[in-house]
Amino acid sequence: MAIRSLFSKKKEDGQEKGFPEGLITKCPECRHIQLTKELEKNHKVCTKCDHHFKMTAQERVTYFLDEGSFVSMDDHLQTSNPLNFPDYVEKISVAKQQTGLSEAVLTGLGTLDGEEIVVAIMDSHFRMGSMGSVVGEKITRAVEKAIELRVPVIIFSASGGARMQEGILSLMQMVKTSVELKRHSEEGLLFISIMTHPTYGGVSASFASVGDINIAEPQALIGFAGRRVIEQTLREKLPNDFQKSEFLLAHGQLDAIFHRKDLRNQVAMLVKMHTKGGVQHV
Amino acid sequence: MSKNLAFEEPVVQLREKIDELKTIATEADVDMTSEIEKLETRLSQLEQSIYANMKPWDRVQVARHPERPTTLQYIEAMCENFIELHGDRTFGDDAAILGGIALFEEQPVTIVGHQRGKSTKENIRRNFGMPHPEGYRKALRLMKQAEKFKRPIICFIDTKGAYPGKAAEERGPSEAIARTLSEMAILTVPVISIVIGEGGSGGAIALGVANRVFMLENSTYSVISPEGAASILWRDGSLGKQAAEAMRITAPDLKELDVIDGIIPEITGGAHRNVAKQASYIKECISVTLKALNSLNGEQLIEDRYEKFRKIGQYTEV
Repeated sequence: MAIRSLFSKKKEDGQEKGFPEGLITKCPECRHIQLTKELEKNHKVCTKCDHHFKMTAQERVTYFLDEGSFVSMDDHLQTSNPLNFPDYVEKISVAKQQTGLSEAVLTGLGTLDGEEIVVAIMDSHFRMGSMGSVVGEKITRAVEKAIELRVPVIIFSASGGARMQEGILSLMQMVKTSVELKRHSEEGLLFISIMTHPTYGGVSASFASVGDINIAEPQALIGFAGRRVIEQTLREKLPNDFQKSEFLLAHGQLDAIFHRKDLRNQVAMLVKMHTKGGVQHV
Repeated sequence: MSKNLAFEEPVVQLREKIDELKTIATEADVDMTSEIEKLETRLSQLEQSIYANMKPWDRVQVARHPERPTTLQYIEAMCENFIELHGDRTFGDDAAILGGIALFEEQPVTIVGHQRGKSTKENIRRNFGMPHPEGYRKALRLMKQAEKFKRPIICFIDTKGAYPGKAAEERGPSEAIARTLSEMAILTVPVISIVIGEGGSGGAIALGVANRVFMLENSTYSVISPEGAASILWRDGSLGKQAAEAMRITAPDLKELDVIDGIIPEITGGAHRNVAKQASYIKECISVTLKALNSLNGEQLIEDRYEKFRKIGQYTEV
């Protein structure tokens, strides 16, 4: 939640006086002011410093999949309030209005450079991408679909972790999603996990970490416990690069970091290398 | 009892009064039998009403009681010839998770569990039962070993959570937990998990992908500690009591939510009041459950575990 508020504040700063709202955007990293149109053409990567802006799930679909190929799944699954948690229903309906999504993940079928795949794309603009019952169920059903169709799964993670308001049910979604992906894996099928900023807690400690190939975007914050929690526990400042994707790569926890300008092509190539099939030994 | 909890105060006071009266009776040599009897009846009534109406926060206190029995105490009370096995074969040996082989009613079993310390010194060595990644990797190694030799696996869950530290993050707690979850899913031997104290977050569930999951009556199992939830939701960690109620973290709550299979009753006042008797309750539960699971073959066990977790979650379809 903290990361989100920090981000939106800076975005507001970007609306300089005298310009119609949204026409220009200031980079939160280097403060470079650029035309929003230019930024979008550059896949929301700062034209000066390469900062990767957050993307909505819908923007990911447009950026990543072949044009018009995406068919959304399971949008009829709606969040209920299993613990009768105060204000939860209201918070969900606000998030729905703000994002136009039914929950924090968009799942469906599509093609990537002609290859049929199942995708799940999390959106951190929806309650910080937190995982409750619906997110867990949608991802699980998407993986089931991939098993049925015998196609690869690609998941874009962006999440603060498990959703507090659904308590233990959120925690159990970690098991449900990981177990389903294990089934997919046992069928000899490919799962590529793409971790984007931020990927934490119950999401990073479940499906996001069990890819055959684990990829991250540059400078994305990825970890189990949040930086603030660790700093409070240890009472010491952590290095600047702590939990950034480059830090994870250096510690052997990622297969690769792909710049957004290459991500689509590299992943498409990986998918092709896997769907072509291995050598047939006699 | 040295460490009494706030909600038990009335019971403690009454018990002290009775003891006082008994002392006076012997010293002054007067017959107070009927008075004492009356008070003792009242005491048992009071105990009944207090311990039968424990609030979530009361249970949190019992679950965190410094004298609450640990994994090792239960193993020693339940099993013969426990042999501890150490290390993840890659980085180190995490004392916050303990594992090994034992004889349970003459059957070899593998037991893995979070291990808190009983003293400050031991707690420091065991990191208060909060594992680093190598702890989960050791746990998984021992589970795979159990599978090879067709031994059932018993897991004891008792942790505030995986340790949130710099060194831990460098070694990938997320991957260690996630891998344990997905590998436990395909174990071809029976797995039973029992929450004996606090079951906190991803660090707890990493030992929880079992065919049957039980909780001790006063244990808790939650997505995050009540204080952690309060600090995230209301930005005030001191609201743990309210969070404990809102989050539904007690054994009866989880049974109602269909997340666990059963509740193991506790000694009145908490497991710490009689470790041997508490261990016998746990032993009985494991014994019955193992007999039931032993009739399933490997494939059926995997399917059974899958079905169990596949259906967890609440939502509407419109």
